Amino acid sequence: MRLFRILSRNIRDSFKSVFRNFSLSIASISCITITLIVVAIAIILSANVNEFTRRVEKDVTIVVFLDEDVSEERFKAIEGEIRQIDNVGPKDSDVVAKDKMEIRKELMDSSDTYASVLDKYDTRDTNFIKDAYHVKVVDITKMEKTVSALKKIDGVNTVKYGEGMIERLVTIFDVVRKATYVVVIALILVTAFLISNTIKITIFSRKREIDIMRLVGASNMNIKIPFIFEGLFLGIMGSIIPIIIVTYGYSSLYNYFDGELFGNFVTLVKPNPFIFSISGFLIIIGMIVGMVGSWRAVRKHLKI
Amino acid sequence: MELITIKNASKTYKTGVTAIHDLSINFKKGEFVFIIGATGCGKSTLIKMLYREERPTSGQIFIGGIDVAKITNRKVYKIRRKLGVVFQDFKLLPKSTVYENVAFALEIFGVPSDEIYAKVVKVLELVGLKNKAKQYPHQLSGGEQQRVAIARAIVNGPKILICDEPTGNLDEKTSMGIMNVLEAINKLGTTVIVVTHDTEIVDKMKKRVVVLDEGRILKEYAEGEYRHEAI
Repeated sequence: MRLFRILSRNIRDSFKSVFRNFSLSIASISCITITLIVVAIAIILSANVNEFTRRVEKDVTIVVFLDEDVSEERFKAIEGEIRQIDNVGPKDSDVVAKDKMEIRKELMDSSDTYASVLDKYDTRDTNFIKDAYHVKVVDITKMEKTVSALKKIDGVNTVKYGEGMIERLVTIFDVVRKATYVVVIALILVTAFLISNTIKITIFSRKREIDIMRLVGASNMNIKIPFIFEGLFLGIMGSIIPIIIVTYGYSSLYNYFDGELFGNFVTLVKPNPFIFSISGFLIIIGMIVGMVGSWRAVRKHLKI
Repeated sequence: MELITIKNASKTYKTGVTAIHDLSINFKKGEFVFIIGATGCGKSTLIKMLYREERPTSGQIFIGGIDVAKITNRKVYKIRRKLGVVFQDFKLLPKSTVYENVAFALEIFGVPSDEIYAKVVKVLELVGLKNKAKQYPHQLSGGEQQRVAIARAIVNGPKILICDEPTGNLDEKTSMGIMNVLEAINKLGTTVIVVTHDTEIVDKMKKRVVVLDEGRILKEYAEGEYRHEAI
């Protein structure tokens, strides 16, 4: 009961103190707000790059064309050999056999021109299209190795995989993704440091208050807790504007582009539930850096 | 009964200045003592050691049987809760009302609100500020601010009240008012130790007086013995 009273008074006083020291609170809040906006942008960027890479990786297919004279038994045996290669997807759907008659039908279905050209090649012997396998890989960055292994299989004629363009793109995006992680983490650390310093200034102006607290017999904990709560409130208040920007900004951005950039080349992450997780993340970062900042700052003024 | 015992205490600051030289003195329970002396005689250092703002370089200081010198910074609050301290510059929270300033000393210990109310009203009455509870420090005169500081110092019911130049910023009439408040508190059983250089007031109060000079006790006067011309 006593602890509860102390805690509730601390919360009440910290809340009051945010408003009583309004100009300095505004300084801390603005600092949190600005950095959280940058953190939010970095997270959005990173999530979208992630999404794009994931989709590209999922879609990239290696087409393995076999020699024209390959027998039906050999055609089936090759599937097993493909599956044994490292980096080839483990699922059934990762290696799909495409019979030349099937490919012919698919092509004919896809356009009238193909239909008229391929119409007469209607037997296995006359059909000049090659039998093929569609192969999906686990790690797109190791594509080249996989391709050379595929080429070594007896009966394989040519291997096509987007001419390395996708691979390069994905490698670039992988770097971008890693860089955004680093940026987000660095930003969070910088925010904590910045907030700690801003709060240090605010607390310095309240050194007198801390001295009085010590004088009337407040323990270090008694002194620290209200400041930590104050940091918590500052963190929450500092995250309000970034959350509004993320919620409305990202949703309108998504709607404006209809969820796609550069035609349908890049698909944006759907706002729901993405914006809620970012908002939650921002408020948690705000709270943590606010509290840690305050705690660090007040510790300086306590003779421990 | 000795409430405070100082045994061979010395204090040398890092700057090399020795403020207290091998000083021994006792204060009894319920006493009213003035510590006087010229500026730099070590009187402030002496009471700073009592509320453990400073540690003696050597010697012991016992308050109610506890050696204050041995208390770590982390545990200082334990001794502070047994003492009330009043300063020349009042040290009030400027953005809190009179009531809040006094209640503050109780709130940090988790005292229930109704109990806080009763105690705060009682001490404000004692210092004569009951009707100013809702005012802020800047709306009060110096004497009134010092009364708030005294109210805050005694609201916990400490056994000892330490006052460091409590009338240093006040005119004579107001100073006497403060002294009367301190005397009233003393009559309720609290030991009062007042550091001052205002010898006229000391003269009028007729209490025990300790005169310090260069960190040593120059003279001691029992109750009623002190005369203004002594220093």
